[in-house]
Amino acid sequence: MAAPAIAAEAAAARSMSPTWKRFRDAFRRHPTAIAGALILLAMIAAALFAPWLHTVDPEAVSPVKRLRPPSELYWFGTDALGRDVYSRVIYGARVSLVVGLSVAIFSTLVGLAIGLVTGYVRAVDAVVMRIMDGLMSIPSVLLAIALMALTKASVGNVIAAITIAEMPRVVRLVRSLVLTLREQPYVEAAIASGTPLVRILVRHMVPNLVAPLLVQGTYVCGSAMITEAILSFIGAGTPPNIPSWGNIMAEGRSLVQIAGHLLLYPGVFLSVTVLAVNLLGDGMRDALDPRLARRM
Amino acid sequence: MIQYVVRRLLSTVVVMAVVAFVVFSLLYLTPGDPAAVIAGDIATDEDIRLIRVHLGLDDPFLVRFGRWAWGLLHGDLGTSIFTNLPVTHLIAQRVEPTLSLTLCTLLVSILVALPLGVLAAAKAGTWLDRAVMAFSVLGFSVPVFVIAYGLILTLSVRYEILPVQGYRSFHDGWWEWLRHLVLPSIALGTVYIALITRMTRASMLEVLSQDYIRTAEAKGLAPGQVLVGHALKNAAIPIVTTIGVGVALLISGAIVTETVFALPGIGRLTVDAILRRDYPVIQGVTLIFSAVYVLVNLAVDLSYVLFDPRVRY
Repeated sequence: MAAPAIAAEAAAARSMSPTWKRFRDAFRRHPTAIAGALILLAMIAAALFAPWLHTVDPEAVSPVKRLRPPSELYWFGTDALGRDVYSRVIYGARVSLVVGLSVAIFSTLVGLAIGLVTGYVRAVDAVVMRIMDGLMSIPSVLLAIALMALTKASVGNVIAAITIAEMPRVVRLVRSLVLTLREQPYVEAAIASGTPLVRILVRHMVPNLVAPLLVQGTYVCGSAMITEAILSFIGAGTPPNIPSWGNIMAEGRSLVQIAGHLLLYPGVFLSVTVLAVNLLGDGMRDALDPRLARRM
Repeated sequence: MIQYVVRRLLSTVVVMAVVAFVVFSLLYLTPGDPAAVIAGDIATDEDIRLIRVHLGLDDPFLVRFGRWAWGLLHGDLGTSIFTNLPVTHLIAQRVEPTLSLTLCTLLVSILVALPLGVLAAAKAGTWLDRAVMAFSVLGFSVPVFVIAYGLILTLSVRYEILPVQGYRSFHDGWWEWLRHLVLPSIALGTVYIALITRMTRASMLEVLSQDYIRTAEAKGLAPGQVLVGHALKNAAIPIVTTIGVGVALLISGAIVTETVFALPGIGRLTVDAILRRDYPVIQGVTLIFSAVYVLVNLAVDLSYVLFDPRVRY
């Protein structure tokens, strides 16, 4: 690169605030990750401000206007009960995001707790890991279905079921990291100097687990969104009176030949959201831990 | 070698026991009293009590688990509440469509993903590599039923090239059988292809940086010979492992795919059972699918010997 260009760039960098500069650098290095983050933010904004985004009551039934194709008045058309699909899709973002984020947070916290203990306490390890192996041998959607069959349909139960299905993978990750960390000299030093167990875990282990758990949490979030949509789609998830992307598509199941818009719009929103989450995860993985990037 | 196989078999038995225990616990926690269902509407409390004693429902948890597991080992998965038929019977009726779908998808996925992954690794950093990786990220993100409806809305509804839904038995002609499996297999295979492609590329990249690859190239072997004969063979173990682990995706996806394309398979049986709250069927299917998954991965582990003579256990 020519010298004047470098000078100009340096001048530009000086004039910018550090935050903005860091953002620009990050974008240059991981454009897809930032794009993912922006799409995700837009989706969160849509979910939060749904009532002010030209939506009507997503549950308002109007039999006269049933199964209208997309038009200027009904952007995404109407469904079999005459409800506005655009409003239902925008409100549906709430369910997907709440489920995705909650499952990511809960399974990370629970997985972290169990993983720390199993990685550190030999006696617990054998028993807990056999249970985790067993849980992981049940395909996660199937386990979530079996759990949902026990309880009544509600968003809380969906979150609980998917958390149980996703959590073993987090446990396994935390445990494997703890097993390598405990061989590190500084941990050995801490043990030798008589540091209490809890303090070792909190001060020496957990900070080293943040980066991989953040990456894993993003992937769990994306996978939980898909699982929620699948559960709703086959009638074992979010109750039908709550608009969620899976529910809207479930209603379109028998109308595929006459009302494709019932499947198209929620499907696109779901895919774009999951894509955004995965891009963010890939970017964080590359940025936070290059070693992990090669392993995955 | 034999010691390893025995140890691997034992750990499989342990895992299956845990799976059985989890499934039984689900059965145990199931709401509703089977005795009351069997007794019917006009039964007295005394009748229900007698049926409970007869079925052993008042026995302790572990006694019931033991009895249930004993039945399981004799091929008894319980009786469907809705149809009153043995669950094994119901599942056996539905095996053909599910097996056709998953085997077709497995075959197509491997045939597509391996060359894609090898190509992406060989041309690492080029537009081809980037296109393959972009496809892989997309494949992970677009859920199976969204792909399925995308295919149906374009190829079936608009252009009417392939049937929208339904299944034809193999015995009624292989052409129609295949035609009805094309779209379901593509939909179900996409995420699987994405997974295998990504792992093939990563594993190949690792191997291609080794010295013996440079030696093979230096002694003048054709690029294709180096890629397949030297590199792919040495990259095989992680790829085969991923194919095995990915079977879980195939099973979960089959439930959805069968629902979208109205294939009368085990997945469809599961979804119908959810709607009817037919717990024994749900739990039977969970058990069978998990067993298949565990056995596939056992086979994968044992197959390492074929790919790498250094593995002698």
